Amino acid sequence: MSNRAPANPAPAADNRQKLLEATMRRYQYRPDALIEVLHKAQELYGHLSPQLLASIARNLHLPPSRVYGVATFYHFFSLKPQGEHTCTVCLGTACYVKGAMEILTTLETEAGLKAGHTSPDGRLSLLTARCLGACGIAPVVVLDGVVIGHADAETLRARLHALLEETPVAS
Amino acid sequence: MDLAELHATAERERARRKAIRVLCCTSSGCQASRSLELFHQLEAAVTATGQDEAVEVASVGCMGFCGQGPMVRVEPADLLFERVRPEQAAEIIAALAGEPCSVERGDPNHPFFARQVHVVRRNGGFIDPERIEEYIAAGGYEALYRVLHDFTPAEVIQEITRSGLRGRGGAGYPTGLKWATVAKSPGERKFVVCNGDEGDPGAFMDRSILESDPHLVLEGMAIAAYAVGAHEGYIFVRGEYPLAIQRLTRAINQARKLGLLGSQIFETAFDFKVEIRVGAGAFVCGEETALIASIEGRRSQPRPRPPYPAEKGLWGFPTLINNVETFANIAPIIEHGADWYASIGTEKSTGTKVFALTGKVRNTGLIEVPMGMTLREIVEDLGGGSPDGTPVKAVQTGGPSGGCIPARLFDTPVDYESLAAAGSIMGSGGMVVMDAHTSMVQIAQFYMAFCMDESCGKCVPCRVGTVQMYRLLSKVVAGAATPADLEQLEQLCRLVRETSLCGLGQSAPNPVLSTLRYFREEYEALLREEAAAGANGTP
Repeated sequence: MSNRAPANPAPAADNRQKLLEATMRRYQYRPDALIEVLHKAQELYGHLSPQLLASIARNLHLPPSRVYGVATFYHFFSLKPQGEHTCTVCLGTACYVKGAMEILTTLETEAGLKAGHTSPDGRLSLLTARCLGACGIAPVVVLDGVVIGHADAETLRARLHALLEETPVAS
Repeated sequence: MDLAELHATAERERARRKAIRVLCCTSSGCQASRSLELFHQLEAAVTATGQDEAVEVASVGCMGFCGQGPMVRVEPADLLFERVRPEQAAEIIAALAGEPCSVERGDPNHPFFARQVHVVRRNGGFIDPERIEEYIAAGGYEALYRVLHDFTPAEVIQEITRSGLRGRGGAGYPTGLKWATVAKSPGERKFVVCNGDEGDPGAFMDRSILESDPHLVLEGMAIAAYAVGAHEGYIFVRGEYPLAIQRLTRAINQARKLGLLGSQIFETAFDFKVEIRVGAGAFVCGEETALIASIEGRRSQPRPRPPYPAEKGLWGFPTLINNVETFANIAPIIEHGADWYASIGTEKSTGTKVFALTGKVRNTGLIEVPMGMTLREIVEDLGGGSPDGTPVKAVQTGGPSGGCIPARLFDTPVDYESLAAAGSIMGSGGMVVMDAHTSMVQIAQFYMAFCMDESCGKCVPCRVGTVQMYRLLSKVVAGAATPADLEQLEQLCRLVRETSLCGLGQSAPNPVLSTLRYFREEYEALLREEAAAGANGTP
């Protein structure tokens, strides 16, 4: 608590840096806490920028190569900003057997973008998942954090269309 | 906390309960079908009809019949409601007072439920996983108390060995033997690690156990720690399971507050603290040395064994790694005895196994059955067979490391040896039913794409081999392959299986080998098309 550096105070509205430091402090800046710290950083900032990775490396006394290596190894960490909306199609076996590929193709056509990419205007990221563990209600799609079970291509196409038709948030 | 206090807690909890309990499943699967909203509507309906005195609504874990969710059960009348929408809450509550009710009723005696034997899932769907009192009222933590007071560590290991329990992560290594190895490995510190990195697509047993009964896993870990002489533990959970992480975190805090985890558990000299580690999305983490690397904050790349983690694991100390379901079996074994456990299942595969029954089958969800039940009983009796009359063609077990078993071998009993003989593996418990519409070649290609993406890149056979096998399979699917390609595919399968560093690579060819073994005609049919095309002048 006492060794917080007051050198460069963050803007009042942005206390993300403070929260990230609190997490690192909780793990006593131990190098083995790297993955936990990256989880927290991504939760706070949405993605891991090169500056963020460099700062984590400094704090945990790790070479930047190691931090970059870990951040790129795991699927969870994203080095690019995500779209304003995200749509994740589960491609686990149960979903696959029940037609998840058809759903994905429909959504790719609707959004005009390939899975794994974000639209150029930053409105939508279309992603796939390996298995969300909700196989009992396959096929499953997650739209902006809401899990949709027993999904069918046409309903989803309509929902995605409606979502993208909304006025974009002014930024 | 001592035994009297434990019993007093259980007594208080039982006294607190109201005459009628409306249990609403709030596991991930049912939450996706709006069960949280349903839960709040049920509570509101109870208050609105002035039944607060006699009726309580509880949020409980998974009841198993996930395909029919959200599920609501009313006790003690044992009424079951399926596919309940939040708008129907008032109707269910009115039905308690004798009003007619049109909500879809489930049958608690349906073979899906009746054929199951619940050891690991005994509390699933009956208790609120976020309240430790409910677990204690169901007899929880008594096994830990008995172990700490009446058993020596060696006696615990002996009991587990006698029960015949084998690792539920898939490989089936005898649990007692693993514990004994860790116990006798010298080390200043020792660790107990729970492997909850349920990476197989099509499997969700561990998620459900962690969401429905987190204390059962914690109690099993504490007993294991006492037996092997460890004082620190980690639970590694997939990042894709936020609800499991949340409930586990809460469970650890509650247990610590009551002195059931932490220092001087049950006022003995035994200390055990547990931390959660959240996975970051890498299938290879299921491999134990890769799991260790991930807990240490590194890339999860496996290393050669020996030394096994039992001798040199986390930070070089002896480490016991068991799967979630394995730990969940421990407290029941201590409670009822090794003989009771060994009497369930078959001689070499004792006890029960939880499976996630999914795919082209009428009843999808989670089942716990005695080992030795045949695939036919599981698919036809519990699963209800095909949903639309299309004949069932095969069952895939063991995920990307397993294989497809054709319908003509459905009399194979489900145990470690029989499944291996049929060219598949027990695996962690995913069971995906496929019908005539599913192309087995495409399934093989699907799994190979998975292994190719998930290969960690450390050893060449797996890193390069999976890519080449995937290309050959794609060539077959596209109808462009020749018989020579098929031969090369088989050669590559053998090479990758025999020379890869870890289980991921060694088992990656399994889906191809098993589909080639049983459904070769599907591969050959695709080849023949090519031959015909070739005759028309294509080079």
